[in-house]
Amino acid sequence: MEGRVAYENDLNLKATELRLGLPGTHEEQQAVSSRVGNNKRPNDESDDQNETAPPPKAQIVGWPPIRSYRKNNYQPKKTESDGGGIYIKLSMDGAPYLRKIDLKVYSGYPELLKAVENMFKFNIGEYSEREGYKGSDYAPTYEDKDGDWMLVGDVPWGMFITSCKRLRIMKGSEARGLGCGV
Amino acid sequence: MQKKMMYSFPDDVLEHVFSFIQSDKDRNAVSAVCKLWYEIERWCRRKVFIGNCYAVSPRVVIKRFPEVRSIELKGKPHFADFNLVPDGWGGYVLPWIVEMAGAYPCLEEIRLKRMVVTDESLELIAKSFKNFKVLVLFSCEGFSTDGLAAIAAGCKNLRELDLRESEVDDLSGHWLTHFPETCTSLVSLNISCLGSDEVSFSALERLVGRCPNLKSLRLNRAVTLDKIANILRRAPQLVDFGTGNYASELPPDVLLNLAGAFSSCKELKSLSGFWDVVPAYLPALYSVCSRLTSLNLSYATIQNPEIIKLVSRCPSLQRLLVLDYIEDSGLEALASSCKDLQELRVFPSDPFGGEPHVSLTEQGLVTVSLGCPKLQSILYFCHRMTNAALVTIAQSCPNLTRFRLCIIEPKTADYLTLEPLDVGFGAIVEHCKDLRRLSLSGLLTDRVFEYIGTYAKKLEMLSVAFAGDSDLGLHHVLFGCESLRKLEIRDCPFGDKALLANAAKLETMRSLWMSSCTVSFGACKLLGQKMPRLNVEVIDETEPPDSRPESCPVEKFYIYRSVSGPRFDKPPFVWTMDEEGKIMH
Repeated sequence: MEGRVAYENDLNLKATELRLGLPGTHEEQQAVSSRVGNNKRPNDESDDQNETAPPPKAQIVGWPPIRSYRKNNYQPKKTESDGGGIYIKLSMDGAPYLRKIDLKVYSGYPELLKAVENMFKFNIGEYSEREGYKGSDYAPTYEDKDGDWMLVGDVPWGMFITSCKRLRIMKGSEARGLGCGV
Repeated sequence: MQKKMMYSFPDDVLEHVFSFIQSDKDRNAVSAVCKLWYEIERWCRRKVFIGNCYAVSPRVVIKRFPEVRSIELKGKPHFADFNLVPDGWGGYVLPWIVEMAGAYPCLEEIRLKRMVVTDESLELIAKSFKNFKVLVLFSCEGFSTDGLAAIAAGCKNLRELDLRESEVDDLSGHWLTHFPETCTSLVSLNISCLGSDEVSFSALERLVGRCPNLKSLRLNRAVTLDKIANILRRAPQLVDFGTGNYASELPPDVLLNLAGAFSSCKELKSLSGFWDVVPAYLPALYSVCSRLTSLNLSYATIQNPEIIKLVSRCPSLQRLLVLDYIEDSGLEALASSCKDLQELRVFPSDPFGGEPHVSLTEQGLVTVSLGCPKLQSILYFCHRMTNAALVTIAQSCPNLTRFRLCIIEPKTADYLTLEPLDVGFGAIVEHCKDLRRLSLSGLLTDRVFEYIGTYAKKLEMLSVAFAGDSDLGLHHVLFGCESLRKLEIRDCPFGDKALLANAAKLETMRSLWMSSCTVSFGACKLLGQKMPRLNVEVIDETEPPDSRPESCPVEKFYIYRSVSGPRFDKPPFVWTMDEEGKIMH
């Protein structure tokens, strides 16, 4: 079923293509340039090209005009000596294959969840401590060091990335069970 | 009869009268009245502001004003903030310190912005000025914690040490131990830019504890949450506090302790910092929220329920800096809770992402403008805009003095009508008659510049990128903006015509920056030749500009007025066009 959906538009070979790079980005290494040639119209979102993720923009020097210390601050301590990422497997109920992501790339839950949503093209719903993720059939869960399945978002981010062993997006009744006041 | 009375005032009466005149503009006016007043005024001027350190040499300043106690200098062009000015361009403070060390032994205050400050300069400051009180290094670079140690050790009466947004070579946190035990005079300490993971925390705690007048303290990211309560308890008189790291895995009683510490600070009005925020610890702030006038959450990657909860508790808020995680819904809450809001800055959480991940649109800004009529200063990053929204904002906030809009994708049109945003920005300059600073973005034709030239009579600083169609655009601005002091332009199709036709205007301005435009090398040479009171500096990192035909456009140039001629500290990639049409190097 899922296979057929995925092949609706084209063979979608890109999705199963083996390549290096962060999940959700596309390959073209675009050169840094100080000029922008495109007169892109705002509603033209290049949907004709592909559905998976927008290509990375050619980085224009000094644009948008943000001080570099602000850019650095969005990724907490990523550049420090520990090196090596925290790679974990990410699965989604119903998807034909898993992904591998580096938790160190994200600075917090919002970024992580948005990236996961983009990767599998779905919506996660709104998180609240009391009720878990409302408004969607999916709930993001993770297996912690003790082997227990936990709801993503309950513990501070720093604690999460050190204790998370794998991520699983649960669907349907299983997900709803986790969400309700557990 | 009256004339005779005026001239019969003794000099010290005039001097006493002048001492009530603080503003530079007024002082300059006073000094222009007559030779006598010029003489008296120059001997009693205590504060000097130099907006471009190359506009005048230190010796000339010292000669005219021999008794200065406070000096403020600015160095690099503003676009240096966005990496458009190559390293090594200039803005060195050392020559100034060297001259002032001899001439101003009583100097008390030095404030620098975008300058290169070395450890040697800092050591010289510590050694030369016995009564030194205030050092503010705003967006500076070139020094390390060794230089800071010299300041800490040498300045016995230091009141203010503010390193905001500077780049410091952070060798060790131990420089803090160089503040002697006898130092109790600190009123303001801002070390938020320091990166070092080890801050000598015990030294910091002791320093804070022995400075009863400490009003402003901004810590750096290395200071962890558990340490904050102790610091706050030692300084309950704080008015402005910048937290360090706001994340922790510590037990719940830390939250209670923290909440208690915050509530003991009855004067606290301003908060900042909040790196790596864990939302669970935000309630610790709730007790101070009702008094807060300034809140900087621009490093805090918190999302909406938390932002709204915080902001709705701050009815006295005048200034908010925040990331676009606040979204339109959060701005709505802001508009209904914070009626005294004067300044809003919304920064992008994902500036290079392309597709917006947060629901922050033009609507959020419209809502705030409708709800907060006292708004004076706006900085807003977003992905889309309409003329209608800009018109509403302009009409709702006629008191705007600073309006900076950055639509992240260059040349983005009104997303509803697909038209350029000329009319929208036109409304801004037409309705906001006191507008002093404006930054443009989006799809813009020459028409927007016509509006600016017609209406923006008080405009002092204009930033332009990826806009306009022809020289006419530049001409409108140079011709019409009577108060223009700083103009910075990048990636616009502006060439020689408007520039040369308005050459005289450049002498009435502080500076003009243009990069990736179509101004030719020949035009730069001509300007340098015809305008001896301007320094025309061409920046080219690849090869000397005269190795190409004169009609070739220059990569970047910076023109500024100066009474002291070309500078001598130029790097290899900067060429000055001089009076003989030669390029000096």
